[in-house]
Formats: sequence, C-alpha cells, structure tokens
Amino acid sequence: MSVDILMPALSPTMEEGTLSKWLKQEGDTIESGDVIAEIETDKATMEVEAVDEGTLAKILVPEGTEGVKVNAVIALLAEEGETPDSVEAKGNGAAATGSAAEEPGPAGPAERSEAAPEPAGRPRIETGNDPQIPEGTGFTETAIRDALRDAMAEEMRRDETVFVMGEEVAEYEGAYKVTRGLLDEFGPKRVVDTPITEHGIAGLGVGAAFGRLKPVVEFMTWNFAMQAIDHIINSAAKTLYMSGGQMGCPMVFRGPNGAAARVGAQHSQDYSAWYGHVPGLKVVAPYDAADAKGLLKAAIRDPNPVVFLEHELLYGESFPVPDLEDYVLPIGKAKLRREGRDVTLTAHSRMVGFALEAAEQLASEGIEAEVIDLRTLRPLDTDTVVESVKKTNRLVSCEEGWRYFGVGAEICATVVNEAFDYLDAPPARVHQKDVPLPYAANLEAMSLPGTEDIVAAARAVCEGM
Amino acid sequence: MAKSTKKTRDPVEATAKKQLIDHYRAMLLIRRFEERAGQLYGMGHIAGFCHLYIGQEAVVTGMQAAIGEGDQVITGYRDHGHMLACGMDPRGVMAELTGRIDGYSKGKGGSMHMFSREKNFFGGHGIVGAPVPLGTGIAFSNRYKETDRVCLTYFGDGAANQGQVYEAFNMASLWDLPVVYVIENNQYAMGTSVERASAETELYKRGISFEIEGEEVDGMDVLAVKAAGEKALKYARSGKGPYILEMKTYRYRGHSMSDPAKYRKREEVDDVREHRDPIESLKARMLEAEKASEDELKEIDKEIKARVKDAADFALESPEPPPEDLWTDVLIEEETA
Repeated sequence: MSVDILMPALSPTMEEGTLSKWLKQEGDTIESGDVIAEIETDKATMEVEAVDEGTLAKILVPEGTEGVKVNAVIALLAEEGETPDSVEAKGNGAAATGSAAEEPGPAGPAERSEAAPEPAGRPRIETGNDPQIPEGTGFTETAIRDALRDAMAEEMRRDETVFVMGEEVAEYEGAYKVTRGLLDEFGPKRVVDTPITEHGIAGLGVGAAFGRLKPVVEFMTWNFAMQAIDHIINSAAKTLYMSGGQMGCPMVFRGPNGAAARVGAQHSQDYSAWYGHVPGLKVVAPYDAADAKGLLKAAIRDPNPVVFLEHELLYGESFPVPDLEDYVLPIGKAKLRREGRDVTLTAHSRMVGFALEAAEQLASEGIEAEVIDLRTLRPLDTDTVVESVKKTNRLVSCEEGWRYFGVGAEICATVVNEAFDYLDAPPARVHQKDVPLPYAANLEAMSLPGTEDIVAAARAVCEGM
Repeated sequence: MAKSTKKTRDPVEATAKKQLIDHYRAMLLIRRFEERAGQLYGMGHIAGFCHLYIGQEAVVTGMQAAIGEGDQVITGYRDHGHMLACGMDPRGVMAELTGRIDGYSKGKGGSMHMFSREKNFFGGHGIVGAPVPLGTGIAFSNRYKETDRVCLTYFGDGAANQGQVYEAFNMASLWDLPVVYVIENNQYAMGTSVERASAETELYKRGISFEIEGEEVDGMDVLAVKAAGEKALKYARSGKGPYILEMKTYRYRGHSMSDPAKYRKREEVDDVREHRDPIESLKARMLEAEKASEDELKEIDKEIKARVKDAADFALESPEPPPEDLWTDVLIEEETA
C-alpha cells in the first residue's frame, strides 16, 4: 500500500498554500522526520516533514503551484516492498493539477495582483461611497494584512515620531505578517521587537506617547491585551481628562480581535463592547481593506488613544483599495454598504460580510435589507443608524461578541430612544452564544453567529410586513 | 552596591550655604503644605483620597536638586511633595486638592492626578505600579529623540511587588533606557510592613536579575540623596541604562487621611521624628556648622507659612469648575485628515 502525502494545514486559519519547493525528488529514500518540501502559507514559509518512511514515488503537485488546498494529495510514498511506479493516488482526488503558470490561485497575502479574481461566495464590495475618492480612481486588490502594513508604512514615512512596537513585529515580521517589510525599511529603532510583556509594553507605549511620540502598539491578539487593559483604560484613556487637557496620548493599540479558527475560548473573544464602553478612547473595527487602510492612517494621526480591532480571519482576504497617495477616512462615520427599504442590518468587522451575504439571500425572498457597516464603535455614528431605521422601520444588529451589555444592546437602546415611533417590530440582536467559545468544530460553529442567524433574525422582524 | 561612602569632610561643611538654605526651604514648604492639606481635609475642603508626604521630604528635595533641566519626573499618588519640588505653584496644587478651576487639572484630577508639562512633571498616577512602565516609556521617548534627558521614576515599597515593575525593568535594561528608578521605601505599603510583604526586603536588589545596578540610600538625609541621585543620573545619562536607588524613608502620617495607622506603635513614629527627621536634622547640622543662624531659619519659617497660607486661601477662593467643563478634555478634537 502506498501512502498519500497530503498538503498540511500549518496554521489555524490556513485553507490553502503555495508548494514553493520540493527538497526530495522522485526515487529518493525518505526517513520519518526528513524535510521533504517547503510550503508558503498565508503567514510564513514552513518546512514539511515526512511522517512515514519509504521512497518518494510520485510528485503530484509540482513546485511553484499556488492555491493548493489543505489535505490535497501532493505526493505518493512507496512503502517497503513496493515499486515506485506501481503506486497510485487513492486519496480524495483533490490534488491540484495545474501548474503555477497555467492556473494562478487567489492572490497571495504578500503579493498584489491587479486582476485577482474576487473570492467566491462574497458579495462585490462597494467602495465608491466614501466622498474622498475622486472620479476615475483606480483600485488595487489588496489583502487586509497588506493594507494595514501600507497604512503604517505610509504614516511612518510621513511622521518620524510614529513607531511600531510589539511581540515579533520586527524580525519575525508579525505573528500574522501584518508588519512584513517594516523592519527592512525603517530599521530597529522604529520597528521594535519587545519581550512577551503586554502590561509592560502598553504602559511603556503610553509613556512614550506622553513623551510626544506616536506609538503603534501591536498586540499579538487582543486576548493578550487583557494583561494590559489597566494601561489602556487607566493610563491612556483617562489621563487627558484627569490632567485638565494637558496630557494627550496620541497612540494606536492594534491587533486581531474576535474569534479565530479552532483556538478555544482564551484566544477567541470580541472586545468591541469592552473598549466601546470607555470614554477617552476611540474604537475602530474595519471590515474591508480600503477601510482598514484609511482608518488605520486616521488612527495613527489621531491625537487620542485609538483601539484598532482587526480580524484574524480577514487578514488574508483581498478587497479593492483606491490608488490614492494619501487615503485617510474619517473615524466616527458608518458606511452604507447596501441600500434597502425593509430592514436595517448593522454590523462591524467580519460580521459585515455575513450581513451582506444575508442581504443577498433575503433579497431572493423579497426582503430588501439595508446594511450599515459601523466601522467605528466609539464614537458611534448613531445618526446613520437612526436615519436608516426611520426609513426601514426594522432593525437587526449583528455582532460577533456576547449579547449581554454588548454593541447590539447599545444600538437597540439608541434606536428605541431616537426612532421609537418609526419601529414596526422590536429590534433584534444577532450575537455569539452566551458561552466561552468551544474548541470542537461543531460546537464552535453553533456558538458563532453567521449568515443564517442574520437571515433568520431579519425574517422574524419582517414577519407580517 | 555600597552605601554612600563616608567623606572625610562633613557634607554640610562642604555644601554652599545657599544650597543648604534651598534644601531647607524646599523641605519646609512640603512639610507645611502637607500639614495645611491635612487640616483642610479635616475641615471638609479636600475630599477623597489624600496621601501626605510628611517625613519623606528629603527624597524629592535631594533628587530634584540632582536632576538637570528637562529631566522628567513621574510618580504614584503620594505626589504633592514631588510637584512642589518640581517647582509647581503651591496655589495650583492646593486648588486641585480643593477641586477648583485653578487647580493643575482644572479640578478634574484631584490629589492623585496632577500634571505639569511645563515643569516636566508627568503625574500623579493612582494605580500602584503604573508609573514604572510609564516612566520607562518617557525614557524610551528621550532615547528615540536622541536627547540626553533622564526620567526619574518614583514608586514605593508596595509597588515594588507589582509585576509590571519587572516588565519595565527588563525592557529598560534590555534597551539601556535613561531612567532612574527611585524606590521610596517608607516601610509600609498601606498597613503592611515590608517584612510582611516582601521575600527580599532589600529592595535595591530587585534589579539584580535584570542586571540593573542598585544602591540603598539614607532617604532622610537630603545631602546623601542628592549625592546618590547625581551619581545615578550621570550613569543613566551616559547611556549605561537604568539605575535603582532605594530610599530608606518614613512617613509620619497614615497611608491616607482615613488611615489611623494602628499597624505600628506611636513610639516608632516618635523615634523617627526625634532622631531622623529630615528637616530638623538638616537644621541642626546647619546651625552646628554655622551655615545658618536661628534668626535666618526663623525668617524662612515665616516666609513658608505665609506662602502656604496664601495657597490655601487661593484654593478656597477659586471657583469650582463650570458645569460645561464636565464634557471637555475627554478627547482632543482635531481634524485628522
């Protein structure tokens, strides 16, 4: 029996990768533990070690092939007693057959491609309704991690006092490769690798901001910032007020927020409501790459402490970004993502994608949903939400976090206060189940809100419409 | 890590008269200011938490005499002495204590949260241990901007057991940041003595595993403090990295105004007052060395009393902040694009 060598998943979020190099050739003898190939994931280039012993009988995926799905058969191993040419793939037939030249996969995270295809299953992103984009501006498909990196790099070029610090941000180029290339361009003075010391770097960053620098402090994830929350709130957010306006704290705390994939409860929490609660902070949570770039640039320029909530599961997704030299978006303005007359869906970060999918589905049922991307949670653009509800008369708020005291609670209360007479149904909330996020795939899927939950909630508020 | 070396000549002899008088005046201002603050607290004009610095005056006075123009100072909540030593106006400090518009934070900070960018005083922070990474960050900004400024970062024996102190020590040493950590060991973290709270009671050794030099200093002797401060500042300023000074000092009052200080005997306090008081001992040494006369020092006493009375009167006359100030200073409003 030959053994299938499968494309391995080398990170929690990896769905496919590039088989960049074979280190063994057909006919080579392989011991368990030998490095047989190099694979480029969405985060890094990794070595693949052999698990089984034998002879490499057939390479099914040539080097340089992009977009090889996890678990695809990439090679066959002949075991002792077998002849290499007698073996054949018995796997699921998922082997990528195309070569790199013939069949390019979706744009990799590091590269940009003008003509990268829109990933399937996601609605086309409207980028045209921010007033700053002049007629005739071109767009470049950009992965969110690169849009964030571009924002930091542009601001660092513009302002000497901007620097980035955090765990693995420099030499490792970011745990999620968001700071890729920054060390090369700006050097270790401005791209600072820190020890694993969240409370310390948050406090040190605030002190540096008091010293009139503009720190961008990266948390490897916002979950780890729980160790630093004292400095974010007590030192960064409150000192301006407590000093009668003397002690501004111009800085950004940023990193991935919310649920990742299969990493369990301690690495999967949405902090939108936590930071949205605190006066003295601004809180931004973008969905697409243009917003990620334009809002991060605004956050770095903002004279106040800004909590910038990114989403790990979106880092590798590409969206069009306008080809403008200095694309800065206003903090505090929601974005109308889709117009509709029947129900308003509010969402931020990754939930915007689900809301747009839900709107598509609802449209096929005759319900026209309006989708508002909040983008900023503090200050919250309540005017846009209230105006929309006055038109649609129905509201479904969507968030990835827990329900109690959440973003949805705030939005629903605001709408009830400010548009009570316009409501045709009680506002509904879509949110994570009220449990720590489970690890098991089925329970995790049950816990997190998605498109179907939004569709169901929208149907319910539209019943009898 | 030796204690300050004994000089052949009495340091008082070796110090210029003007400087001794300046120390005396600075310490006395803090003492009388704090006594008056305690009185105003008792009368209900000052509220909330109010931590008096009485007994510890030599520490900030000596350190402030050692620093250079532009060096920064940051501390915790027992901060009135630091502000006065930095040259902040007693009127503005007292008016903040009474919660009035002319206070350094326009009445919105209170005893524990006062700042003066002009005087390089960075607070006044209410969370135990928080000033340590903050001060380390200010030192980081000094290095980044390639100035030769040093940040004096004060904290107490209680804060010395907070984890963030060691996170900051590690980075300060790793990156050779220009910071001098001044541990004001007044023996009690609220009601808990150092012996009851610390496995290693010699706090100047707390930097050893981070390769930070430290030394113990008689924090009741303003000249010893100044000498140690000058040495530490020179070290940090030269690019060698952080330095720790453990000031052995003592507070006469409770932890805060509401603390009856039952955890120590009256005699213990009296003994320090009688034998180690920073102001009285400097006075005695000055008289003995004939660096000042009784009459001269009495004049200074009068001058300080008048200054403190003026500050208190000012603080009681200053109006409360206007209602619209409730909403100001939450965020800096500025166009970003």
